[in-house]
Amino acid sequence: MTTPPETGRRPGELTARELGRWAWRQITSMRTALLLLLLLALAAIPGSVIPQADVDSLAVTRWKDEHPKLTPVYEKLDLFSVYSSPWFSAVYLLLVLSLVGCIIPRLLVYYRALRAQPPAAPRHLTRMPVHASYSTGQAPADVLDRARTVLGRRHRLRASGHGDDFVAAERGHLREAGNLVFHLSLLIVLAGVAMGSLWGYQGGVILVQGTTFSNNLTQYDDFKPGGLFRQGQMKNFRFTVDEFSVDWLEEGPRFGQARKFEAGLTYRVGDGKPQTYDLRVNHPLEVDGTDVFLIGHGYAPVITVRDGTGQVVCTGPTVFLPRDASFLSYGVVKCNDAKPGRIGLDGLFFPSFDMRDGNPVTVFGDDRNPTLSMLAYTGDLGLDDGSSQSVYVLDKSDATPITKADGKPLRVDLQPGDTVELPDGLGSVTFERVDPWIRVQISQTPGKGIALLGVILALVGLCCSLFIRPRRVWVRAVPADDGSGTRVEVAVLDRSGNGETDEVLAAVLDQLQDQPEIVRQS
Amino acid sequence: MSNTAWETLSNQAVATAGIVYFLALVVYLAEWASLRQPAADRELVGAGAAVAEPEQPRTDRTAFLGRLGILLTAIAVLAHLVGLVGRGMAADPNRVPWGNMYEFTLSGTFVVGLLYVVLYRRFGLGWMGPLVVGFVVATLMVAVIWLYDAVAPLTEALNSPWLVIHVVSAVIATGAFTLGGIASIMYLVRMRAERRAEAAGRELSPWLARVPQLDALDRLAYRVHAFAFPVWTFAVLITGPIWAHEAWSRYWNWDPKEVWAFITWVVYAGYLHARATAGWKGRKAALLALVGMATLWFNFIGINYFSTTSQHAYAAERVVP
Ligand code: HEM
Repeated sequence: MTTPPETGRRPGELTARELGRWAWRQITSMRTALLLLLLLALAAIPGSVIPQADVDSLAVTRWKDEHPKLTPVYEKLDLFSVYSSPWFSAVYLLLVLSLVGCIIPRLLVYYRALRAQPPAAPRHLTRMPVHASYSTGQAPADVLDRARTVLGRRHRLRASGHGDDFVAAERGHLREAGNLVFHLSLLIVLAGVAMGSLWGYQGGVILVQGTTFSNNLTQYDDFKPGGLFRQGQMKNFRFTVDEFSVDWLEEGPRFGQARKFEAGLTYRVGDGKPQTYDLRVNHPLEVDGTDVFLIGHGYAPVITVRDGTGQVVCTGPTVFLPRDASFLSYGVVKCNDAKPGRIGLDGLFFPSFDMRDGNPVTVFGDDRNPTLSMLAYTGDLGLDDGSSQSVYVLDKSDATPITKADGKPLRVDLQPGDTVELPDGLGSVTFERVDPWIRVQISQTPGKGIALLGVILALVGLCCSLFIRPRRVWVRAVPADDGSGTRVEVAVLDRSGNGETDEVLAAVLDQLQDQPEIVRQS
Repeated sequence: MSNTAWETLSNQAVATAGIVYFLALVVYLAEWASLRQPAADRELVGAGAAVAEPEQPRTDRTAFLGRLGILLTAIAVLAHLVGLVGRGMAADPNRVPWGNMYEFTLSGTFVVGLLYVVLYRRFGLGWMGPLVVGFVVATLMVAVIWLYDAVAPLTEALNSPWLVIHVVSAVIATGAFTLGGIASIMYLVRMRAERRAEAAGRELSPWLARVPQLDALDRLAYRVHAFAFPVWTFAVLITGPIWAHEAWSRYWNWDPKEVWAFITWVVYAGYLHARATAGWKGRKAALLALVGMATLWFNFIGINYFSTTSQHAYAAERVVP
């Protein structure tokens, strides 16, 4: 602490400049860095207990339904998107500010220290915390020569001045360098991550076996671009899902678990020639900086609907979404052009159908006994008001359930090859076969290499910073007061405060002579 | 050997390890008790003997019990290893034994025990024996009683070489952080006891007197943490994201498990800062280390029960999409 210069002001008064300096000193102090770090840890907690929109938007919706009172409060506080919220950003930006403010001065200090000589020996080596002294018959010059050889092996030596009665040695500059590299690398990591969230994108699409995907916006089911994403950065490639296969466990405690998902793809970059790739979990396909991941799979029953005139009005694979790990799946068919009445179907797909205690269940995830069980509707299917509708939802609010002669709703239960006639000449429904579908995630993550480089650099710097022991060693040799031989003093200073200075001292003494008389004070 | 035979072997080995750890604990406690007998040449505390070996001169019996304790611990660690290998061999196809929480806990405690045995001489950890072995026994019991799960193949996302590297490093760091945490606990305990003893003009109790001096404890804790921190960095911020990127398409997703790994990392960074900050050295730094250890173990076991959105739900398969 420096005392403020004498002015006419009352003590305690600060000028704006002083206030600024004071604030800057506070922000860049170690204690602030420490508190900000703890604050960052604290700030990260809510996001681990409250569902996050970025991670699991479904869970967020569910949570909001269950807590209608809390929802508005939480929304105000950005608790559903903690990690992009202003308050979370504020904490880490303050930390970055503190970091920069801390690092820059230390860089300058380090630069100067690098070029400086190891400092001269303090006048009284015996006042250093860790020291030893002994007497010897050797001449001072010989002792110092020996000290130079001994220390010169692993230390930087101070150039000896004329008439010096000591040797000064220093090592471990890399510790501070490592520390600086570590802290600077954190900024590199941050830059890499920021690039990813600004220019990257993530999109998902469900593809039925046999279909082809071209990489442009219109083909995605969902698409999350970064803030500065431009359409021009999407790479021109296409791929076809040739075949999808899964292994099902038929025994053991994980009975019914699926393994070895494998999607055989044929892909083409631009006008290049077609290539093939086996897309698996943990084995994404990288095309020209864009990654394609296999992240899910399911069933698409091929359902054909004929209307009352015998015309095919709907046909092709219909994607059913699995509801749980048994692959019991839900799906919807909407046939808008059917005459005389529109036809809508919604219901369940059982990959391995069975009746257990009078309940329909699927006993396995594999399609061993594929069965459809759907209800049929006609009338207003909500397709006219122009609002866009999910293909996975049937708006039944104004629709009329199709009933059997006895007035009960008509259940369309089908196995592959089966056809059910709808009453009142509405038409018929045929279940042709089942195709598998896969869900792929396609993303560009620019800056991921930079972020990775950043953490690796940080790790290297960290190891230097933690494991290199910076220290100074001084050896002084002077003629003894009583004129008999030479008095040698050795002192060791560990600047990290964590080293085993006693051992270092002992080693140096050992190398200098045989039987030291060690005097220590701690 | 058949898979079931391996599984049985594993269960028996774990049980054996548990029993031998327990025996080791008993021996260590007997060693502690034998320390209570007044030793004529015991040093007074606080007499400025900062650099001398913290170990007290010990009677033959104490020394024998100490040797027996480390021997039993080493045997238990071996049995523990057999238990782990058996788990991996019991699966079809053979795999690393990290498919579920039971196996993770088995591995974590194994590393704690192994590190203790390996570092025993280098750092003079004899005094830590009862604490380490007590911790391992208790955690193993939790694992066997509440976390046990039959051997099963890995879920697909876990089936990656990165998993091996990621988990090995995470488990090593967890073991080391735990050892460092034990040193920090002893720092706090001894600090308190010293204050009290001084106030009352008494000597420290014999077993506390055997624990290294405060500054040696502080240094030990620092060194173990300083070893664990880069390993944790490697596990959580390098291999974790690489693997997440391969498996889930995003290298960092703020998944609860990731969040807590990050929190642990930040807290330990705070610990390292605290040790370099005047006013935070010593006691406050030790407290921070314990906060770090709490977040670590909460993440390891607790978060699985707390959060349902974690993709790191090892036992349950993720429902797609
Ligand atoms: C972005 C957040 C930060 C993280 C994750 C972080 C992490 C670390 C770590 C792990 C160490 C231990 C390495 C060592 O002991 O050399 C360390 C040391 C250090 N940090 Fe930071 N740090 C951060 C921000 C800061 C800031 C803002 C400052 C400036 C006030 C700072 C100043 C220091 C100093 C001076 C040391 C050396 C301590 C010593 O000599 O042992 N750090 N930091």
